[in-house]
Amino acid sequence: MNNIICACGHENPEGTVLCGNCGRPLTKEAKDLKLADMRYEGSARRSQTYNKSIIDKIWNFFSSVKIGVTIIIMILVAAAIGTILPQVLYVPASTEADIAAYYERVYGTFGKIYYELGLSDLYGSWWFQTLIGMLGISLIVASLDRFIPLYNSLKKQRTRRHESFMKRQRLFALGESVGQETLTKSEAKLKELRYDVKREDGALLAEKGRFSRWGPYVNHVGLIIFLFGVMLRALPGFYVDETMWIREGETRAIPEAPGYYLESKDFILETYDKEQADEVFGDAIERVGTIASNYQTDVVLYKKPESALPGQTENLEEVKKESIQVNKPLKFDGFAVYQMDFRLDELKTMHFVLSNKATGESLGDLAIDLVNPETTYDLGNGSSVKLLGYYPDFSGFENGEPQTKSPVPNNPAFLVRMTTPETPKGETSFVAIKQTVEPLGENAYKLEFQNVDTRDVSGLTIRKDKTLWILALGGLIFMIGVAQGSYFNHRRIWIHETKDGQFAVAAHTNKNWFAIKKELDQVTEAAQLPLYKDQQDSESQELKKDGEKSS
Amino acid sequence: MAQTKQKRFLIRTLILTVLAVAIIYTIYNNATKDKFEVLGVGDEAPDFTLVDLNGEEHRLSDYKGQGVFLNFWGTWCKPCAKEMPAMDRQYEVFKDQGVQILAVNIAQSNFEVERFADQYGLDFPIVIDKTKSVMEAYNIDPLPTTLLINPDGEIEKIVRGEMTEQDIALFMEQIRPE
Repeated sequence: MNNIICACGHENPEGTVLCGNCGRPLTKEAKDLKLADMRYEGSARRSQTYNKSIIDKIWNFFSSVKIGVTIIIMILVAAAIGTILPQVLYVPASTEADIAAYYERVYGTFGKIYYELGLSDLYGSWWFQTLIGMLGISLIVASLDRFIPLYNSLKKQRTRRHESFMKRQRLFALGESVGQETLTKSEAKLKELRYDVKREDGALLAEKGRFSRWGPYVNHVGLIIFLFGVMLRALPGFYVDETMWIREGETRAIPEAPGYYLESKDFILETYDKEQADEVFGDAIERVGTIASNYQTDVVLYKKPESALPGQTENLEEVKKESIQVNKPLKFDGFAVYQMDFRLDELKTMHFVLSNKATGESLGDLAIDLVNPETTYDLGNGSSVKLLGYYPDFSGFENGEPQTKSPVPNNPAFLVRMTTPETPKGETSFVAIKQTVEPLGENAYKLEFQNVDTRDVSGLTIRKDKTLWILALGGLIFMIGVAQGSYFNHRRIWIHETKDGQFAVAAHTNKNWFAIKKELDQVTEAAQLPLYKDQQDSESQELKKDGEKSS
Repeated sequence: MAQTKQKRFLIRTLILTVLAVAIIYTIYNNATKDKFEVLGVGDEAPDFTLVDLNGEEHRLSDYKGQGVFLNFWGTWCKPCAKEMPAMDRQYEVFKDQGVQILAVNIAQSNFEVERFADQYGLDFPIVIDKTKSVMEAYNIDPLPTTLLINPDGEIEKIVRGEMTEQDIALFMEQIRPE
């Protein structure tokens, strides 16, 4: 490691551009520049200092802004590609194999590659998460590497700077002062302009708004907190986003909320009434038909007693009754249950009449509860119907055996034996909607379908998010950093008396040169300082002239 | 100078390690999420009680000291129906050697479950999870899913999907008490 020793005797780490003590340019490039590059005060980026071990190499990799920007661009490109095909969440398939097949079937080879690369579940893919993680490392490492040297060099800065530093500042003056007590008058004026003023024999440094230099780093801290919050969502207990379907009358365990049960009492769908609605809405209702005004599930929330185990549901304790409406969730213990979806009129009970096919004479009626069917239905007067089989979602016969494709009564079918005084041995019949099969020969009696009772199903979403305040905090700190860096400027003015009794004046700001010029104008006038020149202005004017000539 | 160099090396190593561990942990967690969020092999099987078709209560922890073959199923699920007769045959072999089967039906009616048990002549206890609370506690998806619980009450293996009779015999052997 080679330290650079400045002419003033100060030892600077390798990579330093401007001496940390007096401000002299140290590199050949810096000496050739007419204006000093004031980024990071000309201090060495820490990563440039050591580059020996593998750890230093990794560190330097992440410290590079080029790498940081490259990572951001890669994330943006990946996210953009992720919008080309629908994400898995919106694909009508649930198992991995189905999803893979769906992408290939619908989108061909492109879909297959898309799925294989994990683009179909972008945020869940390991490489996307790795990129985000690398962005996090880059933010931390690059910030540390720049913030610490900048902080140190601003903290240690000297009041008197070398002339070579002064004359490389954009605003610079050198000349006689006409008045008396130049530095004292300058100090008074600068203090009036709310500068912090430091004086050291024959030299003055006025500074304000240094904290605006920390803006970008505060901003990065906010981003890192935000990423940390997102990371926490992957841990159990921090984030829940589940759905549950619950039918009227059912009591169900709430997914991911151990010990809590929900009973649905009623699902309510209300629509706007044309008569009662305001005239303005009358037209709309006429145009589109019905418009829903309310989706609501009336529920009872239960909690199991401390000692009870899953499966033990006899003595659940009622916590509260509530009506869940859109945007009015049921809240408990950090969870919120939202009204999200519904299905109307699922079959609940079917009513039949046992009747004589020839005469049409009825032997009584029966109601089969599709959720909890009974084995035998006694109709009195010696007639009964015995249930031999129940197929809630009948999907056809397989080897003569009726099949059901789900436990939901979408298409209920029954195998029954009907016994009447006239047919004491019983007759077997297979009864489905719009279909009756008499497998053991012609029957004298039949189950005649009368009507159905239905019930509604509510689709609820269960949410818990313990990371929200972390995300909000991260966002707040991010915004503070943005404001700090954007709306405040770090301004410095150096004045000193040279050996031959002249005055050197230099000023620097990280932005808003117009404002610092106005302030320097005031100081110049008050203390009768030599008139400063904007060296960049003159430079660009020269360039402009050159440009005009050549055009 | 050498000291600061060493200090810097340590700090950099520490920061990079912490960050790398955090990222790997996050990715790992995301990758295994949705499959079995809470339970894994080696965890203690959550206790529960459910009532069987004869009205008898079965509490998992009562079977400590025995291996428990915990099967989640439904009558509409074809692979479940396929593996059940094989389970029943192996149950006859292993029940006297301290391996118990508990077949947990997911919230169907007594009628359907009874009919199914009669049809296949199943002898092992079948319980019905009416509120799906045991299904939630075990985070079951898809059906059938079978958990092998050893005599110490720990999860030995989680099997998602259909098993052959050979598998079943092998699994029961695994959880047989010594």
